[in-house]
Amino acid sequence: MRAIITVVGRDMVGILAKVSALCSEYNVNVIEVSQTILQDMFCMIMLVDVSKSNIEFTQFSAKCESLGKELGLSVNAMHEDIFNSMHRI
Amino acid sequence: MINTHDILETINMIREENLDIRTITMGISLLDCADSDADKACQKIYDKICFKAQDLVKTGENIEKEYGIPIINKRISVTPIAMVSAPSGADPVKYAKMLDKAAKEVGVNFLGGYSALVQKGFAAGDERLIRSIPEALATTERICSSVNIGSTKTGINMDAVRIMGQVVLESAELTKDKGLVGPSKLVVFCNAVEDNPFMAGAFHGAGEPDCVINVGVSGPGVVRAALSKIPDADITEVADTVKKTAFKITRVGQLVATVASERLGVPFGIVDLSLAPTPAIGDSVAHILEEMGLEECGACGTTACLALLNDAVKKGGVMASSHVGGLSGAFIPVSEDAGMIDAARSGTLLIEKLEAMTAVCSVGLDMIAIPGDTPAEVISGIIADEAAIGMVNSKTTAVRVIPAIGKKDGEEIEFGGLFGVSPIMKVSTASPAKFISRGGRIPAPLQSLKN
Repeated sequence: MRAIITVVGRDMVGILAKVSALCSEYNVNVIEVSQTILQDMFCMIMLVDVSKSNIEFTQFSAKCESLGKELGLSVNAMHEDIFNSMHRI
Repeated sequence: MINTHDILETINMIREENLDIRTITMGISLLDCADSDADKACQKIYDKICFKAQDLVKTGENIEKEYGIPIINKRISVTPIAMVSAPSGADPVKYAKMLDKAAKEVGVNFLGGYSALVQKGFAAGDERLIRSIPEALATTERICSSVNIGSTKTGINMDAVRIMGQVVLESAELTKDKGLVGPSKLVVFCNAVEDNPFMAGAFHGAGEPDCVINVGVSGPGVVRAALSKIPDADITEVADTVKKTAFKITRVGQLVATVASERLGVPFGIVDLSLAPTPAIGDSVAHILEEMGLEECGACGTTACLALLNDAVKKGGVMASSHVGGLSGAFIPVSEDAGMIDAARSGTLLIEKLEAMTAVCSVGLDMIAIPGDTPAEVISGIIADEAAIGMVNSKTTAVRVIPAIGKKDGEEIEFGGLFGVSPIMKVSTASPAKFISRGGRIPAPLQSLKN
């Protein structure tokens, strides 16, 4: 299964490193990364493969959320299909 | 990969604009649980519900976490209990208590289907069940009740209308110390639908499969936010924007319904494309109408705005889902909508205007507090009027009014939680007693010569 991790908030040093470290810790493979600045906010979007992850996806998603809280950013991991179904026919 | 803008739009809809799945409702047929022995029937009902719905809440919670979309309610609807309890001839309240126990066991917050369908007349068990509704709602926690008293094909059963006025009032009296929960869980329908996932009017129709998953989506906040980005657009563009937004909302509902149905091993029934408000800020249908250009909901022009909204929601949603059903449209429950509450407080939104609005949107007079001294026949009159609108326009209409025992118009009652706050609305006190006491049936309306 593939998921999308979104990181939105104030830009700072090491965001990509920290989120990637979290992925690597749980054996989540990063497939694609894109970064932009949207309305003064830093936005990073990562497409990841969680099929070989060593924890349940719901737990991984909780870990992302707590990392977000730690960094003062909004970090969410959601199943890719929610975006696919909403934006593709 | 999907583009950044689309991803952020979805995240924003969920986090900022209150997009959610309002309910996953499992419909369970209890027709095979009927028995001439009430104890046996109740046991079969309990066992069947506990077996079928054992994983419902957990599956819903898992989908919620994985997909990052809040699923507010997990609920159950069952075959109208009047049908199931008829063979035993026992007190239907016994069934209500067993259903309540099953609902608690599987962890759903509401179970709908303490219902009777009497649009043309009372079958065995129907009247007994209807008379027992006040006690059933007062002695259980999670049971919701509905009664269908009319339809376009059959006309309106005025005997049932008369009784329902008394039942609504009695439900309020029996629960006056419990925040009037009785009448807030009781809906009187005309043209009730058999696959509605929304409470309090959900029941599992006799023509439905043994077990089915129906999903109700919501998102008034998303529609309002989309309209706020086009403040000067003409109405064509407004309608188009509502359609596109409804499409996106419904796609999420379709996804959740498909996943839930797969994981539970239960067929997918329908997605109900409704805009269901909550008292939370930014989750109001009235605010959408105001965004279209009304100073306040209830102003002249409200019915037109609502008609546009209701139609555009359906048009957008229909293509997004493989099966659409339920009530599908905009809900206007007064106490559950921050904008409606304000409009009712300021006196802009009156019960007569709400009645007109029900002619063009889904459902009807919903969660409206009326003075506690309103006589039963006036409540019956309200029900008859609403049913007539539904019957003539071939649409579902419903009445869920709350007689605020001990209070008068101008005061307020607070229900708490999703039920919200309601200013008590003034109702005409001229008596329809003679009309209501006549009984009989209003004949089914002509389906041609439509003027």
